[in-house]
Parts: sequence; structure tokens; C-alpha cells
Amino acid sequence: MNTFVELLQQSFIENAFMAGTLIAVVSAIIGYFVVLRAQAFAAHALSHVGFAGATFAALLGMSGLLGMSGFTVAAALGMGALGKRIRGRDVEIGMILSFALGLGVLFLRLYSNSSSETVSVLFGSILSVTQTDIILTLIFGIGTLMVLAAIFRPLLFSSIDPEVAEARGVPIKLLSIIFMFLLAITVAEAIQVVGVLLVFALIVAPAAAAQHLTRKPFSAIAISVGLGVAFTWGGLLLALATSWPVSFYIAALAAVTYFFAIKFGHLVHPHAPMELVHHVHPGKGVKVI
Amino acid sequence: MFSIFQYSFIQNAFLAGSVVAVVGGFVGYFLITRGLTFAGHALSHIGFAGAAAALLIGIDPIFGMLAFTIIAGAGIGVFGKELREEDINIGIVMTLMLGLGALFIALYNGYAEQAYSILFGTILGISRTDVLITLIFGIATIVALTAIFRPLLFSSVDPEVAEARGVPVRALGIFFLILVAVAVSMSVEVVGVLLIFTLLVGPAAAAMRIVHNPLGAVATSIGLALAYTWLGIFLAATGSWPVTFYIATISFVVYLPVRLLTARR
Repeated sequence: MNTFVELLQQSFIENAFMAGTLIAVVSAIIGYFVVLRAQAFAAHALSHVGFAGATFAALLGMSGLLGMSGFTVAAALGMGALGKRIRGRDVEIGMILSFALGLGVLFLRLYSNSSSETVSVLFGSILSVTQTDIILTLIFGIGTLMVLAAIFRPLLFSSIDPEVAEARGVPIKLLSIIFMFLLAITVAEAIQVVGVLLVFALIVAPAAAAQHLTRKPFSAIAISVGLGVAFTWGGLLLALATSWPVSFYIAALAAVTYFFAIKFGHLVHPHAPMELVHHVHPGKGVKVI
Repeated sequence: MFSIFQYSFIQNAFLAGSVVAVVGGFVGYFLITRGLTFAGHALSHIGFAGAAAALLIGIDPIFGMLAFTIIAGAGIGVFGKELREEDINIGIVMTLMLGLGALFIALYNGYAEQAYSILFGTILGISRTDVLITLIFGIATIVALTAIFRPLLFSSVDPEVAEARGVPVRALGIFFLILVAVAVSMSVEVVGVLLIFTLLVGPAAAAMRIVHNPLGAVATSIGLALAYTWLGIFLAATGSWPVTFYIATISFVVYLPVRLLTARR
């Protein structure tokens, strides 16, 4: 037990906890809006683009977080520009994602033959994040929280009822673009913790579980943040104690909690219409307003 | 330049790659017709956990992959659930499976190389045994698809009328998803779990925009899949860039102009 406490006092562990906590908080709040706006697949798609960004950054020898953010922000702005036309385009989106992954594979090969690099991008490596990336994570994370705080009310309004919000003069198009920008940055940050493939566990799962437990926006955001931080701490602690991967624990905690919330959510809040939370947007494809 | 063909690993790659391409091109046509492209994507991610579990207990990853994808495919078919991207439940299940896969691979020695090869394919390192397994499953899938071709096509295009005419629509749907599971498991050897779209959907999506009659579209799709795979393996064997990158790029570069030049759906 003593060695475990000593382990926790090492600086790389402290860094991991600090960055992990901030990322969990930002992801959980952004995630609330992602679920509300039915953009879960957009988050998934952006993370795949982030893979090409991370490997490109490795090739150039620059910060991984900067590379990922550059690629995800560009992709998010593209998705924002296409707007509603993205909906129901499974094949097109799939082709673009595959191409992004293919590019990532090439960049990696050009950079080195090290497959452990790939695995850390795909499944996260919060325990080996560099000092530069920790500082960038703090700056990006706090910046994202400040922008979110500034646009919180109109964003909530336009996410819940875009038509009425627009009629009342809320600039929903602008808000949508700002939100996609914040989502892109958050996805890049979350990749550091859980990797490209498990971004869902930090961005979507806490918020989706929270929305099964309550319909009130502030309570849902609070629960989402609590769950996100709990998954991250739980994942880090369990990983340090057992040496199994952090991202496995985070994914497992997220999945178990989510399905538990579905099963018992209606007991806690019987009036929440399951259909709404379950399948926010009943149509086909991604909804990007 | 053509001297590469005397190496047995190149012959293995071309042999297995060709079988996988024919199956992928064939299955892909029905995946798109039935609106199941996302199911293919989800099955491959679920298969990752299976492949990793197989490694851990010391059997050929393809058997773990087949077991997981066939169970999941049959499950999807039996419950008749439509899989869509924005369905958060599927997203969480996929995330959990990928997390489990990461765990199994971490527990297995040789973590990174194995994960890399399952995720991005290892056609240039395929063994004789795997070629044989691929041939057996590939030929079985092609025979099965040919046998059910007409009723499957009928029930994909117009399920209500097909059902009224006595076609066993539901049974065909389940059987088809099992064939998809086999096709996904095989394709993983060539392009890996993450790029399954490039062989399973890419060729068929382009073919269906060029040729409109079913038989012609299936033939074109198979032809394109073979061309992508052969070209990809050839370029990778003569250069030093990965096969997966070439196949993904060719698939994208062919699809993009076809998509832009053909009329909107």
C-alpha cells in the first residue's frame, strides 16, 4: 500500500490525474450538448480524423495535441459548412473516415515502424503525455470551459429547440459552428486519455447516462461531470493498481454505468420519455444544424 | 519489377487477397442495398475483441474474430434491430468491445505488433494456414451467396412483396448477416478492423453508381475490389508504404469522382 501511495506522488502520475480530471470535466459538459444535439457520431468521426492528425504531428515532430486539434478543427468546420446535408450519408462519411485512417497509417510508417506509437494513439496513453501537452491541455481545457460558460444559455436554448431559438433571434448557425469548434478541441484532448477508438467512453457515455437519470439540464450536466471524473479516476487508479490499460477500465466503467442508467433511469425519473433520450434524433445519420 | 511474384509471401497475399476481394465486393452490394453498411462497421469492431481473445488463449485470431462476429451478426438479425450511427447503445457496445480487445492484447505478450496487425491488416505476412482458411471460408461464402442470390435480392429490394410471395425474408436476413460476419472476419486480414469500409463498402458504393442493374453492379463491384487489392498489394510490395494505406486511398480516389459525377440520390 505504501508503494502505491508513493507511486501516486510521482510527477507523471500527478500530471495524468490533473490533465485527466480537466479533460473529463470538459468532455462531460461538451458531451451533454453532443447528446442533446444528436451529434454522437460527429464526435466518433472527429476522433478518427484526429488519428491522422496525431500521426502527422509525430512525423513533423510537433506536439501531438496540436496536430490532432488542427485536423479535428478543420474537419469540424467542414462538417459545420456542410450542415444538414451530412445527415444520412453513412457511405460518404465512412469513406472519408477510412481515408483519414489510411493516411494515419502512412504517416506512421513514414515516421517510424513503431507499432507501439499507433497503439498509444488508438487506445490512449495519459500516463505518458509530455509536459508540453499537459500545459496545452490545461490552456485548451480552461479556454473551452470559458467559451462554454459565455455561450451557455443561448447554446442550451438552441440545442433544445432550434426553431423557437431562431425565431427569438438566437444566432443558431454561429452557435453551431462555435460548438463544433469546441467539440473538435475536446475530442483531441479526450484522445490523449482514452485514445481515438474509445472517445465515446469520455464524451458520450457520461452525458448519455446522466440524461437517463434526470431531465433537468443543470443536474444532468452535474451528474455527467461527476461520472466523467469518476470514470477517469477509477480508470487511472485501477490501472496503476493492476497494470491493465487505463482505457480498458474507463470503457468498462462507462459501459456498465450507461447500461445501469438505462435499466434504472426510469425508476429515478419516471417522467423522462425513454424514446427521447434513447434515440434523440429518430431520423437517419448525423444531425448537424 | 514482376520478380516479386516468385516470393511465396507475395503469392499468399495475392491468393488470399483475391478471395477476400471477391467476397467483399459481392457482400458489399447487398450491404448497401439493405442499408447495413454501419452493421459491417460495428461487426468489425466487435470482432476486434474476438481476435484479441483468440490471441490470448493461443488460437488463430481469425477463429476468435469469426466466433464474435457470427454471434453478434446473428444477434442483430434475430432481434431485427436496425443499426444506425447515432444509436448511442451500439456506440457504447463498440467502445466496450474495443476496450476489451485492448485489454486482451495488453495481457498477451507482443502487445503492439499484434494490435497493429489486427487493426490495420497483415496481408503481406499471411501464413499458408491462413490462406487455406481464407480459401475455405471464402468459397463457402461465395457459394452460399450465389445460391440465395435471387431471393436475397428480391427481399432486399422489396421486402414486403417478397414476403407476400412466400420468400423467407427474415431467415434470409439472419443468414445474410452471418455471411457478413464471415466476410468481415476475412477482410480484416487484408485491411484490418478499422478500414473494413474500404473493401466491403467502397467498391460496391462506386459500382452501384456506375452500373444500375444488379448483376452488372455486383460484377463491377467484385472487379473494383479485385483491382484495389491487387494494386494495393503490388504497390506495397514494390515500395515501402503499407498495403492498407494504398487500398484506402485507391478506394477513396475512385469513389470520390464517381460520387461527384453521378446524380444525387
